[in-house]
Amino acid sequence: MKKQIVAAVLFACTSAFLSTSALGTPESKPDAEINNGGVASLRGNVELNTQQQPEALKKVIADRGPIERQYVHQPPMIPHNIRHYEVDLNANKCLSCHSWKNARESGATKISPTHFETREGMTLSDVSPRRYFCLQCHVPQADAAPLVENEFKPVDALN
Amino acid sequence: MFKKLIAWLKQMWLIMRSPSSASLGFILFLGFFGGIIFWGGFNTGMEATNTEAFCSGCHAPIVEEIQETIHYSNRSGVRAICSDCHVPHNWTDKMIRKVQASKELVAFAMGTIDTPEKFYERRRHLADREWARMKKNNSQECRNCHEFAFMDFSEQGPRSVSMHSTALASGDKTCIDCHKGIAHKLPDMQGVEGW
Repeated sequence: MKKQIVAAVLFACTSAFLSTSALGTPESKPDAEINNGGVASLRGNVELNTQQQPEALKKVIADRGPIERQYVHQPPMIPHNIRHYEVDLNANKCLSCHSWKNARESGATKISPTHFETREGMTLSDVSPRRYFCLQCHVPQADAAPLVENEFKPVDALN
Repeated sequence: MFKKLIAWLKQMWLIMRSPSSASLGFILFLGFFGGIIFWGGFNTGMEATNTEAFCSGCHAPIVEEIQETIHYSNRSGVRAICSDCHVPHNWTDKMIRKVQASKELVAFAMGTIDTPEKFYERRRHLADREWARMKKNNSQECRNCHEFAFMDFSEQGPRSVSMHSTALASGDKTCIDCHKGIAHKLPDMQGVEGW
């Protein structure tokens, strides 16, 4: 008798749970207010309430020679992998090769003297704090097609 | 009190010295299995102090730091845990290191690095000690996996080759001289050679 009661209670509980969970999920309704009007963005041409399937991650170029500059004063791009390069208050991994002190031995490109200048044009004895965080301007590259078509042509003088 | 102790010691000495009436086979059996249990227990206990969970009991912030590095997460899923690099693999060296590490229990009791602030303050000191240890044993813990004799220079980048085939090959430099902070964040690197 006892067993039967327990079984009945269990059955009631599970069926109640199943029915509520089936009904409980709110269905997404198409809404006129979240229509993107056919405008493509970096998310692709998708409605705002749908999640675009992300593209596969691109592989960073592991190691090659310097990448040609496209325009005058372009910050040179990073032609190597920089995984786990630490740039913070304690250490700057980039400067352990690219600083004037270490560039000769490592064979890396030296940072330019402009990196020692303050905003007012005064030259300091070491890298200026405003130029310390290399990745603000210099970035590694992947072999990826441009997201938006463009007709940019590099200047002749540099190539 | 003192006399009682002496008397007790004398009695124990007598018991230990007098031959027992147990059979030789039984005594050998006891010695053999007692040995297995003692030795097994000893090594199991020691291995327990080599686990990540044990290390992170005190060094939690460091154990977190390794997670973004290649020694934790990588293409093929091979990884190193704390003791792979910080405890020698050779048995005698391991014993010596473990005895040295008993000093860390004092630091634990005194709370030397029990807050992040204290830890970051002391970080350079701790790093210096570990670099010195690795330098002294020719980066043995790196070489347990990364054996120089099996490095294929044709697979390495030009800069790696130029360093490995000269300074490393001749023994002028050892792994840790260049590869600092490969599994951790770095301390203040002011004055460290090459930084």
